[in-house]
Amino acid sequence: MTKNIMIVGVGGQGTLLASKLLGKLFLEKGLDVKVSEVHGMSQRGGSVVTYVRYGEKVFSPVIDKGQADIIISFEILEAARYVDFLKKGGSLITNTQQINPMPVITGAAEYPSELENKLKALDINLECFDALSIARQAGSQKAVNLALLGKLSNHFDFSEQQWLDTIETSVPAKFVEMNKKAFLLGRNA
Amino acid sequence: MERKLMLGNEAFARGLYEAGCGFVSSYPGTPSTEITEFAAKYPEIYAEWAPNEKVAMESAFGACLAGKRSFCGMKHVGLNVAADPLFTISYTGVNAGMVIAVADDPGMHSSQNEQDSRHYAIAAKVPMLDPSDSEEALEFTKLAYEISEKFDTPVIVRMCTRIAHCQSSVKLSERQQLPDKPYVKNIAKYIMMPGMAKKRHPVVEQRTKALTEWAETAPVNRIDEGSDSSLGIITASTCYDYVKEVCADKYPVLKLGMVNPLPEKLIKDFAAKVKKVIVVEELDGIIEAHCSSIGVKTTGKELFGNIDELMPNIVAEKLGVPYSTGSKLSEEIPGRPPVMCAGCPHRGLYYILKKHNLTVLGDIGCYTLGATAPLNATDTTICMGASVSGLHGFNKAGAAGLTGKTVAVIGDSTFMHSGITGLVNIAYNESASTVIILDNSTTGMTGHQQNPTTGFNLKGDPCTKIDLESLCRAVGIRRVRVVDPYNLQQVEEAVKEEVGCGEPSVIISRRPCALLKTVRHPGPIIVDESKCIGCKACMKIGCPAISIVGKKAVIDQTQCVGCNVCAQLCRQNAIGKKEA
Repeated sequence: MTKNIMIVGVGGQGTLLASKLLGKLFLEKGLDVKVSEVHGMSQRGGSVVTYVRYGEKVFSPVIDKGQADIIISFEILEAARYVDFLKKGGSLITNTQQINPMPVITGAAEYPSELENKLKALDINLECFDALSIARQAGSQKAVNLALLGKLSNHFDFSEQQWLDTIETSVPAKFVEMNKKAFLLGRNA
Repeated sequence: MERKLMLGNEAFARGLYEAGCGFVSSYPGTPSTEITEFAAKYPEIYAEWAPNEKVAMESAFGACLAGKRSFCGMKHVGLNVAADPLFTISYTGVNAGMVIAVADDPGMHSSQNEQDSRHYAIAAKVPMLDPSDSEEALEFTKLAYEISEKFDTPVIVRMCTRIAHCQSSVKLSERQQLPDKPYVKNIAKYIMMPGMAKKRHPVVEQRTKALTEWAETAPVNRIDEGSDSSLGIITASTCYDYVKEVCADKYPVLKLGMVNPLPEKLIKDFAAKVKKVIVVEELDGIIEAHCSSIGVKTTGKELFGNIDELMPNIVAEKLGVPYSTGSKLSEEIPGRPPVMCAGCPHRGLYYILKKHNLTVLGDIGCYTLGATAPLNATDTTICMGASVSGLHGFNKAGAAGLTGKTVAVIGDSTFMHSGITGLVNIAYNESASTVIILDNSTTGMTGHQQNPTTGFNLKGDPCTKIDLESLCRAVGIRRVRVVDPYNLQQVEEAVKEEVGCGEPSVIISRRPCALLKTVRHPGPIIVDESKCIGCKACMKIGCPAISIVGKKAVIDQTQCVGCNVCAQLCRQNAIGKKEA
C-alpha cells in the first residue's frame, strides 16, 4: 500500500531538506519512492508543497485531495490551506508559527483567527506545536524543518540512530550538531 | 549497479554522462535548469550557460558537427527562441548525436504560458521522447543519442514539471567511452541554401517514415496488459503515472514513450482489442488528433480539456474510478502569492517608478513580481526582452499623454539574453526611451545561475565579465548611469533626469540579489514604537518583513536584512538600527 506524506510551508522555510531526508530513508528500506518539489517562482515566499510517496510501486508523483496519510506544515495558515488533502483520520502535524502572506500585510485579507481550534473540529489527528521556539532552542531559527521532522519521526519505525545518520549525511558538516539537536527536541516535544 | 534517488533533471544529466555526451550549452529556465547544473558536475562533460537558447542550440550543433555528442536544454518558451536553428538542423541532420531537452510547464508553476512543445517536434519533423519518471529520463536520454545517430536527426526529449522536479529511483551505469566522430565537409548536407535544402527536405520526410516504422515495435512504446478490455487507455508522460495510480492493472494501457512520430499499426491493433479508447494527455490533444487521422475513434479532450495540468482525482473521475476527497475548513483562506524577498534590490526602484506614476514595460524574472500589490508597478510581461523592444514601439507610437512617462525594466541576465537587440533598435531608430537594467549580479528566479555579466562561468570559474555600461555605450547610447536601488534619493534623481530627457538612455540599477551567499547584510533594523505614528508609509513598498500589529509597524527580525529602504520612507525617523 502506498503511503502519502505532504510537506507544506512558505517558500524559503527549508521544506526541501525534510523531503530529501524522508526520501533517502525509504529508499534505503528498499521501497519505491517519489518526491515531488516545485521550484522557481513559488519559492519566493509563496505557498509551497512537497509530496513524498513510498510503497511497493509508486506511480503518481503528486498527492491529490483526500489522499494524504500525513501532512506536515511549517506554518498554520498553510496547514489550513492544504488540510483537505488529508484522508479521513489522517494526521496533521503543524508548526503554530504565523507568517503573514502579502494580502494580509496589505490589508486586502485577514489572517483567519483560531485556526488551531477550527482544525481540531475536523475528522483528523492534529498535532500542533511551536517548532520555531524549538529551533531557537537548538541554536537557529532556520532549524524549524528539523524540529518538525523530529515530531514526524514518531510516526515511523525507523530508529533514532537511522534518522541521525541520515541527517549527518544530508546537511553541511558545520550544521550537523545543531540540526540533530533540533531533530531530537522536536522528536521529544 | 547501485540505485539512487534522483530528480528527473538529475537523471537526465546522468543520462548525458552515461551516453558519453561531451558538450552541453543551455540557458536556464524552470523546470529545465538542473539538467545543465547537474551535467556541469561531471568533469568529463564540458558545460556552459549560453546567453540564450538560440546560441545554446547552435553551439550544441557546432559541437556535434565537430564529432562530440552534444546537448542543449531549455524550458518550453526557450524553444521559441531556438526554433530557428531547430527547423533547419532538422534538415542537415547531425554528425555525432545531438539531444535537446525542452521542459513544459503544464499548470504554469513558473511560466508565462502553457504551450505544448510537442507541436514543435511535429512542425520541425524531429523525433521526440516523453519520459514518465527519472529512470526513463535517464534511459530515454541515452536512447535519444542512438536515435539521433541512427536516423541522422536532432532528438528532443520532452520533460515536464512533474517529471523534472520529482525524485525517483534510477539505476546507474558506466559512461560510454566514445571516440570523436570525424568531421567530413559535406556542403550538400550542411549548407542549407535553396538548391541543397530542396534535396534535404525529401530526406527529412523519408526519415519520418523510417522513424514511424521504428516506433511500431520500439520498446519505448509498450502495452501494459489489463484485466478489463471494455476500455483501453492511450497515454504518455505524467498522465501514464496518473492512469496507473488510479486504475492499477485494470485496463490495458498503451504507453507512448515516443510522441513524435507516433505509430499507426500499434495504435490500430491496440484499439482493435478493446471496446473503446480514451486518450489521457495533458495540454493539447496531439495523440488524440493522430488517432483520429488514422481512423481510430477515441475520446480524450472532451473529458479532460486542454487547460492546466491533470491530477490523479480528475483522471479517476473521468475514467469512472471512485476516489475520496478530504474535509475543508469552511472559511476563506487568504492566498499566499510569491513576493519579492525582504531586502530585494528591485523594491526601492519599483517604489520610485510607482511614485512617479510611470508606465513600466516589464520582462521575465523575479522582478515580474513588481506587478503585484501593493507596488503594482509594472504594466506588461510578455517574453524575454520584450520590455526593451516594446518600449521603443510604445514611444514611437507617439500617443498623446504617454510620451516621456514610460520606461522598460529588464534584469541583467534577461538583457544579455534578448535585451541587447532591442537596445540597438532604440539607438538606431532613435526613440527617446529609458531602459532600466536591474543588475542583481545573477539570474535570480531560476535559482542563481551565472551569466555573462557576473564574471563567473557555469563551473564557477572566473571568466570574462561583460561590462554593461560599456556595452550600452558601444551600441550608441550616450546617457548611461548607475544607481544603487537601496538609495531612494539617488534612484529618484536618475529617473527624473533620464525619463523625458529626449534621447535614448540607460539606468543600471545595481545591487546584488539579497539571497546571494556572498552578500553581507548589515542585519535587521527595528521600529521605535514610541516614534511610530502608524501612518503606514513603510507599508507602501510591500516588504514581507513589515506588518502592522495593533496600530504600529513591526519589522520581522527573522526576515529583515537591513536594506533600510523602509527607513527612508519614515518621516518620523522611527525606523533604524537597534541601539547597542
